[in-house]
Amino acid sequence: VASTSPTSGPRLLSGWGRTAPTRATVHRLTHAADAGAALARAGGRGVVARGLGRSYGDAAQNAGGLVLLTTGMRAIKAFDARTGIITVEAGLDIDELTRLTLPGGWFVPVTPGTRWITVGGAIACDIHGKNHHRDGSFCDHVVSLELQTPSGERTTLTPGDTPHEFWATAGGMGLTGVIVEATIQLIGAETGWMRVDTERARDLGDALDRMSRGDDGYRYSVAWIDLLAGGRTLGRSVLTRGDHATLGELPAGAQHVPQRRRSLHLAAPRRVPSGLLNRQTVRAFNELWYRRAPRSERGRLQSFESFFYPLDGVVGWNRLYGPRGFVQYQLALPFGEEDSLRRIVARLHDADVPSCLGVLKRFGANTTGGTEAETRGQTRAGRGSLSFPLPGWTLAVDLPASLAGLGPLLDGLDELVAEAGGRVYLAKDARLRRELIESMYPELPRWRAIRASLDPEHAMRSDLARRIGL
Amino acid sequence: VKDALGSVQSLLVLGGGSEIGLATARALVAGRTRTVILAARRPDELVAAAEGLERAGARAVERVEFHAGDHQGHEQFVGRVFDRDEDIDAVLVAFGVLGDQRSMESDARAARALIETNFLDAVSVIIPVVERLRAQGHGTLVVLSSVAAERPRRSNFIYGASKAGLDAFAQGLGDALGETGVDVMVVRPGFVRTKMTAGLEPAPLSTTPEAVAQAIVEGLRRGAHTVWVPPVLRSVMSIVRHLPRPLFRRLQI
Repeated sequence: VASTSPTSGPRLLSGWGRTAPTRATVHRLTHAADAGAALARAGGRGVVARGLGRSYGDAAQNAGGLVLLTTGMRAIKAFDARTGIITVEAGLDIDELTRLTLPGGWFVPVTPGTRWITVGGAIACDIHGKNHHRDGSFCDHVVSLELQTPSGERTTLTPGDTPHEFWATAGGMGLTGVIVEATIQLIGAETGWMRVDTERARDLGDALDRMSRGDDGYRYSVAWIDLLAGGRTLGRSVLTRGDHATLGELPAGAQHVPQRRRSLHLAAPRRVPSGLLNRQTVRAFNELWYRRAPRSERGRLQSFESFFYPLDGVVGWNRLYGPRGFVQYQLALPFGEEDSLRRIVARLHDADVPSCLGVLKRFGANTTGGTEAETRGQTRAGRGSLSFPLPGWTLAVDLPASLAGLGPLLDGLDELVAEAGGRVYLAKDARLRRELIESMYPELPRWRAIRASLDPEHAMRSDLARRIGL
Repeated sequence: VKDALGSVQSLLVLGGGSEIGLATARALVAGRTRTVILAARRPDELVAAAEGLERAGARAVERVEFHAGDHQGHEQFVGRVFDRDEDIDAVLVAFGVLGDQRSMESDARAARALIETNFLDAVSVIIPVVERLRAQGHGTLVVLSSVAAERPRRSNFIYGASKAGLDAFAQGLGDALGETGVDVMVVRPGFVRTKMTAGLEPAPLSTTPEAVAQAIVEGLRRGAHTVWVPPVLRSVMSIVRHLPRPLFRRLQI
């Protein structure tokens, strides 16, 4: 299933997890100005924008309808190297954005675990990164955005002047219109190097404790969790935390932006038999990963690429899960629900799921400082009506779709998450039971009302929206 | 739309009164399916079945009148059924008749009627259904075939011939649909103990409507193209279909 080929025409599309493909007519946009005309061509089955196809589930596909590919629309409209404010077309990816701005000392304010995402997608999913506890999510750094609505208008949305429309579009999964341009406040980074501390946590409690106590000392923090470890080591983790290294911290003679890693040195084969990632291979991998990590290491210098994007080194790693693809399950639980988190980790362990990549992260609480959020007097946890982050914990695991019993297992976790006041991440979701969406996203009715004003005809549609009834 | 684990939210059963059709609807409603459309010759007789599905968790169960033999009306019928806000994620073609083999052997009209129902009427309604599924960009067509399609047997070869035609059509259709987002799943049960087969001597490896329904649910989950019920029939039939004729005749199966 193609995900990034740039041609227009009918195509079978799926998300990064390669499950549930559907067919749509793809139209590639090359200029923001063309978006209005393209939207007008949407037929009865509606239209949605798609960037680089990194949403895991069905957020950027629209069965039987129109899909506007934004990756051709990638112009830089303005950049103030003094303030770090940049205006770009929405199809620009984080890779290019970083390449252009890092040499001048600016870094993308929030980045996920891959740089192959577009700015438009980052806004539509209100993505978070390892710095959520400090800097909030992506849309906290969006100064303004240009939205092409299906009714033909192009409007400028800002958090100050049009907060309702802005925060319905931020995290709105592309369902309020097509985001064509955005102005973003970058963050300062003197170098392209990271100063990284690594430590092992012997179990879940230890990991949560270390993060609660130590995260505020770092801009970036994340833990990798071994879901195959059980008993006394249930939830054992490797914490990596760091900051952008300053010029003074680099060894003499080092380039301030690391040599771009030659990508494509590893690529997953085009066809992989199912079952390559099974319990044995994953167990061996996890054991190795845990043992390889230093018990405690301070101040190691690492390029920003290997710190933020370890998996980008393997092109098409999503194919490793075989023809039936995989599901990434990502949940968030409020602080105080650590017991629920423990039960979820225990259930995943007991189910003996072959998961290489468990990622545990502490989201920012709405009380912690931070100049920008404070001045706006708002919480740091996603303010988008449908934004995922909430003050608490988030856990993400990759699971092969072919795993026996996966449906009931995840349905059970959904119940726990919903009861605990948590939610699952729509940018990852591919199988949530639709009855749970309103309890997980209590602002949904409000969002629907604002969406109705921006798109009264419901022209913006996606398989995700159909499946869970957004 | 279907989710990542092959759960469908809405189901249309053509032959909604059939035991396998209803068992499949019940099995899917136990999962994520919330809308069921039962298309049957006598929808009035399905009130209790529909209520049962609603009690089991279906949000909307519709009963619509459908005459497989009215091929002039197929296109219009399909248009009406698909004209709704919600997509139809899966369509099960479950209508068919068994006929009386012995009498059909000397009754051309009866033999022809059986082949018309099982094969021609099925093809006639499948074509407009698939057009609709293609237009919505996704969907699974589930076609109820039979092991009888795999090797003609003395005891039911007219029925077998009708299913062989349907089976071949469905397989080819599945291949032709390629990257349209529409899939075809062919289901080949062995002898199923239903009212249609009541009074017949069950063949070896006989099965039940519930088992067929579970196999369909599992097939949807796996995205299967072919489903045998019970699964062992896959290997059994791969032997049976290659048995030399003299030997096959002597087996009297």
